[in-house]
Amino acid sequence: MDNAAIVGVAQTRYERRKKDQIFADMVFDVTRAALDDASLSIEDIDNVVTVSNDFFDGRTISGMAVGDASGGQDKNISTVSGDGTFGAFYGLMRVLSGYKATLVVAHCKGSESNSHITTNGMFDPIFHRHLGIEAISSAALQANVYMSKYNIREEDIALVSVKNHGNAKNNPYAQLPMDITVADVMKSRKIADPLKLLDCCPVSDGAAAMIIVNEKMAGKSKKKPVWIKGVAHCCEEYFLGDRDLASPIALKSAAQRAYAMAGIKNPIKDIDVAEVLEPFSYMEPLWLEGLDFCKSGKGSELLKDGVTVMGGKLPVNPSGGALSANPILVAGMARIIEATLQVRGEAGARQVKGANTALAHGFNGPCGQSHCVWIVSSNK
Amino acid sequence: MGKRVAIVGTGQTYHKSHRPDVTSKEMIHEAVTRALADAEMTIKDIDAIVIGNMDHFESINYVDTYSVEGSGGFMKPIMKVSTGGTTGATVAIAAYYHVASGLFDRVLAIGFEKNSESDTTGAIITCSDPIWDRFSYSGAIPSLATEATAYMEKYGATQEDAALVAERDRGNAMNNPYAHLRRPLSVAEIMQSAMLAYPIKLGDICPRSDGACAIVLAADGVAQKITKKPAWFKAAAVRHTYTWFGDSTDYNKGLVSMQRASQDAYAQAGIKNPVDEIDVAELYMPYTWAGLKWIEDLGLCGPGEGVRFVGDRNTHMGGKLPINPSGGVISTNCIGATALLRVAEAAIQIMGKGEQRQVPDAKNALATGFGGCFWTDVVILSSERP
Repeated sequence: MDNAAIVGVAQTRYERRKKDQIFADMVFDVTRAALDDASLSIEDIDNVVTVSNDFFDGRTISGMAVGDASGGQDKNISTVSGDGTFGAFYGLMRVLSGYKATLVVAHCKGSESNSHITTNGMFDPIFHRHLGIEAISSAALQANVYMSKYNIREEDIALVSVKNHGNAKNNPYAQLPMDITVADVMKSRKIADPLKLLDCCPVSDGAAAMIIVNEKMAGKSKKKPVWIKGVAHCCEEYFLGDRDLASPIALKSAAQRAYAMAGIKNPIKDIDVAEVLEPFSYMEPLWLEGLDFCKSGKGSELLKDGVTVMGGKLPVNPSGGALSANPILVAGMARIIEATLQVRGEAGARQVKGANTALAHGFNGPCGQSHCVWIVSSNK
Repeated sequence: MGKRVAIVGTGQTYHKSHRPDVTSKEMIHEAVTRALADAEMTIKDIDAIVIGNMDHFESINYVDTYSVEGSGGFMKPIMKVSTGGTTGATVAIAAYYHVASGLFDRVLAIGFEKNSESDTTGAIITCSDPIWDRFSYSGAIPSLATEATAYMEKYGATQEDAALVAERDRGNAMNNPYAHLRRPLSVAEIMQSAMLAYPIKLGDICPRSDGACAIVLAADGVAQKITKKPAWFKAAAVRHTYTWFGDSTDYNKGLVSMQRASQDAYAQAGIKNPVDEIDVAELYMPYTWAGLKWIEDLGLCGPGEGVRFVGDRNTHMGGKLPINPSGGVISTNCIGATALLRVAEAAIQIMGKGEQRQVPDAKNALATGFGGCFWTDVVILSSERP
């Protein structure tokens, strides 16, 4: 892979309801801010990728809402309907194909949709949809499979929520910075067994943007370019009953390929900080296993042993993660942006000291069916 | 700079107004199986998949993950792109960048739609802005009708002039075993068909079809080993010029997105005189007036010359530049697949696999996608490695 770098990033503050902004307003704000961050003008951008989903936006051709606002009016513009990590990957492919600079922008207003209905729409219309299964109830099935297979207690999972909401206190963009205890999580309202309110992400509004450039443009960047070392994605089986929900095989495959591209041999040693997409607390340890940071079933021990807390060997989600703000699709891009800020040393109060190589992760589909893994670094 | 990329195989379903015998993923499987067979490959040879449709037609969220059993995406990288009517071309172009980036050598691109499962116009209307545009936007047919009347007013084109476009395309569809509407239609019959939105009559407009299309793309060095006659990408250009319907209605300017995208594409391909240098075109023309007006925007003739250019049979089979040998969108329209079918049919012509619909010695082929808010995607394929 040729060298390519991230030179501009921007996020809105994530909030429960941005009553004063339509999609285009949010997208314009982050487009403007990402250009400022990169010290570039819209004329320097030669193509645009927007990220949105017709279901969540309640609008067919959802990319149409943000064409002007993203500066794509007279440029090669396209829309990835999926997580922001996938949209950013398409943006990278365009740079590797000869474009100079891709602006990638994602938006979501959870406040304007009903996620039970929109995520029920992920399931097979003939066999499963009428059961009422959706993102939360399917996640609960996965949590049960995972926890019973490895004897993981609800308290172990609750600890992820405690850590991430605590980390969110250091992130000015986060929606839910909170001081909570395991007992608070345990006594919060049951949503779908074993998941309780504080095991679940909030409904969020927000947008994020990033600028990916080729090596030549990166050389002119005023900000320290953050180099893209490896990216890979992979999808597994659709029907939940055909999958081992406790074994994220697509994530394993994507991670192995991203690591190979980035020359990472020992992930827990070679990677300094990770931002993973965990809209439900149990997902963080499960994805850490898929990412080969530990053996299968040992993900929650990483947290108990202090590995994934701030100051640990591998801080995970210093931003507070998706548990602290989950604008769907934007949330994956936020992981890349947070990884970028870490590598730049610009993460403020949530900075991991000396972070040089960072991992970001996002996924599409029920129970993490299709994953995308990014490795970024300050080293070319 | 990116790698050179070629199309090495295509596949499509037989198109119908209703396929109650298959689910979307089974329909996708039919197209994928044919594309792989055409390229003499198996799914194991495929490194990545790009898929697209329009969500609101089938009401399936995340079709990339839904469709893995049909697409063959199990344990493969798969990505979904979607841009409305242009989706099929967007899919082809995204697959092109997958390969050009050097990251993947063999990529499968898939477009599909089961229009029979939707209220097509009801779904299309939600593309317009809920506050400013939606109260006045009544779907694709009336917005195209305003474009048609503006063209008739400006250049004195008649309804019969437009009907000739459908007569041509529906006649061509007789040569395409996959086309949906395989019954010839004369200008007189079109004139007698039911009025939908003046001046568009039933015979002037595309059908709603169920169908899927898949193509296989391969990198330079790999493509030549798969087939003797790959269809090389010479250009991929995109202009999604408008966001608001209110901005797109100055028809005196013509179809701005198509003018800009085609000029960009000709520059990429080194084409100076498109009519002389392009041998065949598969154009996303959802209604007859597009066959007059948009060929002007593509620079195939001057402004206001579309009527004469088509009337002189330059665009019929055997003419100077045959348009839509497949029968085009007026004969088959499975929306998310429609623009990919244009690219696939252009590739079929370059690869010399058009059988009854083959244009002899096609060296350069033009394909377009149209959709969204009067948006255009353009692809130019060639038998010559760029």
